[in-house]
Amino acid sequence: MGKTTAEKIFAGHLVDEPFPGAKVLRLDVVMCHEITTPIAIADLVSRGKDRVFDPTRIKAVIDHVTPSKDSKTATQAKILRDWARRHGIKDFFDVGRNGVCHALFPEKGFIRPGYTVIMGDSHTCTHGAFGAFAAGVGTTDLEVGILKGVCAFREPKTIRINLTGTLPRGVYAKDVILYIIGRLGVNGATDRVMEFRGPVVDAMTMESRMTLTNMAIEAGGTSGICMPDQVTVDYLWPFVKDDFASKEEALAEYSKWRSDDDAVYDKVYDFDVSGLEPLVTYGYKPDQVKTVTEMAGTPIDQVYLGSCTNGRLEDLRVAASMLKGRKIAPTVRGILSPATPKIFQDALREGLIDIFMEAGFCVTNPTCGACLGMSTGVLAEGESCAATTNRNFQGRMGKGGMVHLLSPATSIAAAIEGKIADPRKYLPE
Amino acid sequence: MKTFGGPVLFLDRDDINTDEIIPARYLTEITKADLKPYILEDLKLPGFDPKGEKTGQARVIVTRANFGCGSSREHAPWVLEVNGITAVIAESFARIFRQNMFNCGMVAVELPKPAIDSLFSFSDYPDTAITLDIPGQTLTIKGGGKGESFPFEIAPFDKALVTAGGWVDYADSKY
Ligand code: SF4
Repeated sequence: MGKTTAEKIFAGHLVDEPFPGAKVLRLDVVMCHEITTPIAIADLVSRGKDRVFDPTRIKAVIDHVTPSKDSKTATQAKILRDWARRHGIKDFFDVGRNGVCHALFPEKGFIRPGYTVIMGDSHTCTHGAFGAFAAGVGTTDLEVGILKGVCAFREPKTIRINLTGTLPRGVYAKDVILYIIGRLGVNGATDRVMEFRGPVVDAMTMESRMTLTNMAIEAGGTSGICMPDQVTVDYLWPFVKDDFASKEEALAEYSKWRSDDDAVYDKVYDFDVSGLEPLVTYGYKPDQVKTVTEMAGTPIDQVYLGSCTNGRLEDLRVAASMLKGRKIAPTVRGILSPATPKIFQDALREGLIDIFMEAGFCVTNPTCGACLGMSTGVLAEGESCAATTNRNFQGRMGKGGMVHLLSPATSIAAAIEGKIADPRKYLPE
Repeated sequence: MKTFGGPVLFLDRDDINTDEIIPARYLTEITKADLKPYILEDLKLPGFDPKGEKTGQARVIVTRANFGCGSSREHAPWVLEVNGITAVIAESFARIFRQNMFNCGMVAVELPKPAIDSLFSFSDYPDTAITLDIPGQTLTIKGGGKGESFPFEIAPFDKALVTAGGWVDYADSKY
């Protein structure tokens, strides 16, 4: 019987099975940010266990509120910073070099097919785009990860999602994942890995694949996973070229992590994307999705383009192509936060930032910022935001605020019209 | 071993998420105790007051499906813990929240829907209380002069974590 990618990774990293069903795995990468890690650090210190299992396998970033906005967030940043220095964690990213964790760490080439990855952050599932098992955990699991390089999991079953057909004009990975969550529900993949397969995924860039896997948690999924292939190798090549004689050799090695053809799945879904329309959420749960046609006219106070879901260069390119020569509605506050300094710089060099600013956007430094309502774009009571982020919970971007999740393209249509609008009329031919 | 049980807070909705349990704007607090006033602050339910007497007295939460979905923040079980809640009974949990509960030495019990419905039938009695027998894996609810018991399952590993009082010392001694 064949194995899925997740099963192969579990088998390859198993350290112990202390009780039936509980698998303790060796970790390849433990990632840390300044919101959930400081309490873990404080607890380790108070237990007299201020150690790290391997400073080269720990990656840390200050990204949620940066530069710090007040004394409390400055203290959180300082705890992480001091700890990284104390333990010689070289891959630590502070102001000027920092960006949203799930965009920054892949860009640095930290993730490889077959890896186990944890972070005290639910959207850690993003890194599964590389064919890794990447899962969000709480602070206690993170603490043990930092200390011992292990984490316990119930082995998840895998749901396979086959995506066939061709993406229509104006429909992107974000629309696809919103559609999938709408079909599965916010609970549809709990304790499951979501494996994204099929020609639609094969044709996607790593960036688009990360948009898919990023939102696996919004269906309850433990991790999203894409199969490592030529696209993965090309993306990682600058980081792995010394490890392999050729790209073919890298592909052969990474392909070992692909699910076997006779692997057994908990469930298989077949979705043809050819008939999809741009989608928008209407409620406080990410599975509450309607087409842009149904949602058109919904007034918007703010547009937020950024986050680990859709703050990457390809997102900015699509957005800028629509904005070029246009202005955003005077009633709308447009906020762009490129997800990493590199994305910011590339966008600057390509002239994209100019387009955003000419159109009336405010461009912030790379940060989570408004995505979780902590800084740079918090909503007031009764306001609504068209956001390229991943979570529309009540109060997510500010108490009493409403968040409509949508693609970068759809966010720009909303910015231009001041209300939810069809992006297809603004896309260049 | 610590005891699990007491007065019950009934939250009659599916998919109550971590942002409703503890909003992100309070994640800048550095101690668990500082989270205390903000329990369930953004949860909007008919008849529910996060600052109400019932919330203050509760030791157990009974709720519906997919409790704790969303963020990985362990602040969610912590804010329950510092408010005296030791157990949550639900039809199902989000994975990270469930694991966080056990990692903190708290209990997340899953019961089938009919059993949860029976528990909710006690929600109008002012004296309703639940006791949990962890080794015996039995839950007993009493209120309004009536009582009922339900068996439940906890994975052996999770039981060991609750008994050991958490995962950090366990892992450090073993791996
Ligand atoms: S951008 Fe938003 S979803 Fe992503 S890591 Fe930051 S806060 Fe979380």
